[in-house]
Amino acid sequence: MRLQAVDLKLGYGDRVVVDGLDLGIEAGTVTAVIGPNGCGKSTLLRAMGRLLKPSGGEVLLDGKRIDRMPSREVARILGVLPQSPSAPEGLTVADLVSRGRHPHQTWYRQWSSDDESAVGAALAMTGLLDLGDRPLDELSGGQRQRAWISMALAQGTDLLLLDEPTTFLDLAHQIEVLELVRRLHGELGRTVVMVLHDLNLAARYADRLVAMRDGRVVAAGPPSEVLTEALLAEVFELDAKIIEDPVAGTPLVVPIATRSHAPR
Amino acid sequence: MINALSVPRAAPPGTVRRIHRRRLLVLGGLLALLASAVTLSLAFGAKPIPPADVWHALIGPTGTENDIIVRSLRIPRTAIGVMAGIALGVAGALMQGHTRNPLADPGLLGVTQGAAFAMVLSIVVLGVGSPYGYIWFGLAGALVASAGVFALGMAGGRGGPTPVTLALAGTAVSAFLYGLTSALVLLDEQAMDTFRFWQLGSIAARGADVAWQVLPFVAVGLIVALVNAPGLNALSLGEDVARALGQNVALTRAVGIAAITLLSGASVAVCGALAFVGLIVPHLTRPLSGPDHRWLLPYSGLAGASALLLADVIGRVVAHPGELEVGVVLALAGAPFFIALVRRRRPVRL
Amino acid sequence: MTSTAPPYLARRRALRIGPASWLLRPRSLAAALVLLGTTVLLMALSMRLGDIPMSVSEVLRAITGDGPDHFVVMQLRLPRALTGAGVGAALALSGAIVQAIARNPLASPDILGVTTGASVTVVAVIVAAGNTWGGVSGVLAEAGVPAAALLGGLIGALTVYLLAWRKGMDGYRLVLVGIGVSAICTNLKFWLLTVGDVNDSSRAMVWISGSLNGRGWEHVIPVAIALAVLLPPALLGTASLGALRFGDDTVTGLGVRMHLTRGLMILAAVLLAATATASAGPIAFVALAAPQIALRLAGVAQPPLVVSALAGAVLTVGADLIARTAFSPVELPVGVVTGVVGAPYLIYLLIRVRRKART
Repeated sequence: MRLQAVDLKLGYGDRVVVDGLDLGIEAGTVTAVIGPNGCGKSTLLRAMGRLLKPSGGEVLLDGKRIDRMPSREVARILGVLPQSPSAPEGLTVADLVSRGRHPHQTWYRQWSSDDESAVGAALAMTGLLDLGDRPLDELSGGQRQRAWISMALAQGTDLLLLDEPTTFLDLAHQIEVLELVRRLHGELGRTVVMVLHDLNLAARYADRLVAMRDGRVVAAGPPSEVLTEALLAEVFELDAKIIEDPVAGTPLVVPIATRSHAPR
Repeated sequence: MINALSVPRAAPPGTVRRIHRRRLLVLGGLLALLASAVTLSLAFGAKPIPPADVWHALIGPTGTENDIIVRSLRIPRTAIGVMAGIALGVAGALMQGHTRNPLADPGLLGVTQGAAFAMVLSIVVLGVGSPYGYIWFGLAGALVASAGVFALGMAGGRGGPTPVTLALAGTAVSAFLYGLTSALVLLDEQAMDTFRFWQLGSIAARGADVAWQVLPFVAVGLIVALVNAPGLNALSLGEDVARALGQNVALTRAVGIAAITLLSGASVAVCGALAFVGLIVPHLTRPLSGPDHRWLLPYSGLAGASALLLADVIGRVVAHPGELEVGVVLALAGAPFFIALVRRRRPVRL
Repeated sequence: MTSTAPPYLARRRALRIGPASWLLRPRSLAAALVLLGTTVLLMALSMRLGDIPMSVSEVLRAITGDGPDHFVVMQLRLPRALTGAGVGAALALSGAIVQAIARNPLASPDILGVTTGASVTVVAVIVAAGNTWGGVSGVLAEAGVPAAALLGGLIGALTVYLLAWRKGMDGYRLVLVGIGVSAICTNLKFWLLTVGDVNDSSRAMVWISGSLNGRGWEHVIPVAIALAVLLPPALLGTASLGALRFGDDTVTGLGVRMHLTRGLMILAAVLLAATATASAGPIAFVALAAPQIALRLAGVAQPPLVVSALAGAVLTVGADLIARTAFSPVELPVGVVTGVVGAPYLIYLLIRVRRKART
């Protein structure tokens, strides 16, 4: 178990979002967290990436309490890409991706050859080599999203937590990002946890799905076990038919109607 | 994209190196600018001294009148100008970076008003009369006020002060101290007389010993500032990303504030209320450096020192045989230049 | 959608009369009422306190009677308190508008060039008139400084606006140009203070700190007119002001005629600050702090105009009461006290709001 949440309690101010949640992430797996808007997916991801301090329970990274580890050490093992991050004006793509090397740099080692090759590889993997010197604010939404993913890749961590990495992307670019995730997993053995909204893509690209509702984990396991008609009704209040994806053989959701408007 | 994926490793584009070269070029240009400003500052004054004599005084002084003027007056004055200018430029860039606010000046954390209050208090209560006496009070006041603002910003919340609370707490403490200072000044004519010159700011008539006294503060402040630069870069991507990159947000803020306090405290104590140098200069250098603080800080320091020295030289020349205070010249010559630049290109947002 | 309103919409009380409807925010309303009550209380207190302390009944008798007390209350204390309330409200209103438009809690009418322009003009007048100024009495002394302040303030604002205009208005450029113009004015002001005689400098210092000393009905009326004329359009603009806080794209998307609204709101802010400054000098800290205090009291995200104005009135009247009585017979300018009184309260609010948000 690489990353583990134990009896986790999370919230903002007085509002409790997640209460008593347990979840384990196995090494070398791709996990997709799914659930309706506001179910606590992003909050959970933030806590597992130590961006949010739990009000109760603990997060364990390789068996050690993550909040007791030096933050820089965590940053060399675990990379987090938060939702809709913002960059200062005029920052170029190469500069942004270079900042992913921050945890590996010290005042006397600001730009090692490791940094250079990691940034180059990250840019290449996201297809941004030609855009390196362009300011981020001049890019399209999809290119910008890829630049941020590239920054997280440059960090060179074994574990990656991605919060909705496919927002702003058209279908082709969504597939590209998810293919990239599969490659990271397949070729480099990385462990990835991501929040995804597209259930069909989640089922196709993840080894494991975690379905959440109201701050609880409703179901967790392989897509074929989790993605059932009963679960969709329970978690999303959605009437749907599940068929087999003719390409990947994974479950494919064909929505019928939301429950509140369903014809009775 | 798919093709790109099959290229696992590639050198970063040559453009990165080109950007790097451009940055070094700008750095060289700013260094040259400062060098000429230093030369002018040594040569010009109430008595113009030919470059050959300046050189003579620097290399092998033989006690001529020109040697004495250069060594006992011009060198300390120039040194103080360079230190104060660098300190204010760097502190201003740090301050604006940490608060992400274009209106933030290095005195925002109460440094300027803290120094002013302590200085006026030393005049009124202890009867301190000379600038030598109240420099230390000014420095102490600046440090105490800034520490107080930081403590207030920390109070009631974990994870360090947010930029907005920090800025507002600083403004509030400054207003509080300004009120006390004004009251003291209005009740005591001698304090008023000193204060009105102090708040205009000047680098004239400060000896070499003053320069040596502030040097350690500025030197330590600069080192702390440069150490802070990568962390501030991470912070400028947002606190979440900074944490994800392993940066301790509260610590980074605290280190930055320590640097700002040392730098602006030292310069304000010695030169008076010149904090607006640090407000304006980073807006001029940001378009040159981009958002990378590792470059923005040195640029701002060099530009700040050049601006301060050049304004001081102009003040000595235009009002000959008297002098116009550096603050007035900076405002009258520097600010229109700044406005013209702001109008010419699209401002770079923080 | 659903037939019954969800609780958070039902909690939004609206006042609906015919086709008109207004949103009522209970907490803002409560804050406004408390601040209004405090203003009245402080004004009543300042009727009573001074060189000749009076009881409430004596004050009431003085208002109706015509003895020497009548003069003290009706010609000295009441107009002074009213000037304080009006000037404080006008400055705070101006500050609230500027902060909303610039989307910056550190912004104040200073960056519009109003107060700094007025300050440098007045200091120039006082210093240029030299020692003789104290001897010039009557009309010139009373009309000269306020007129110079009004003129200087308007010229300052016009300069900033024109310099910032370049194929349209950009909020960020306005702020930067404002910084530049303020730097010029402020340092010129400091320099003039060093050029003049130390007595003149002291006198100028009193004015640039902001003072209500000797303010009469002739000061009340312009400020009252400015408030009466400018408050309604400013309130009409509040809805758009709320939208102005978002990015320019969102604003246009919400159907606000952005440039026109922003221009008119800035004009209102300039006129309010200029009138207030002409009456009492650039009283420090009110325009910046009152909106920040108000938004924390009302529990909203952007400075609420009416609550800000009332907070400004409380701050100014309260500070003047202290300035007038604390070191009697020596009187301090009110602007010296506003920071000393207002800053601790703002800091208290900052800490309290943060505590709440973090538990």
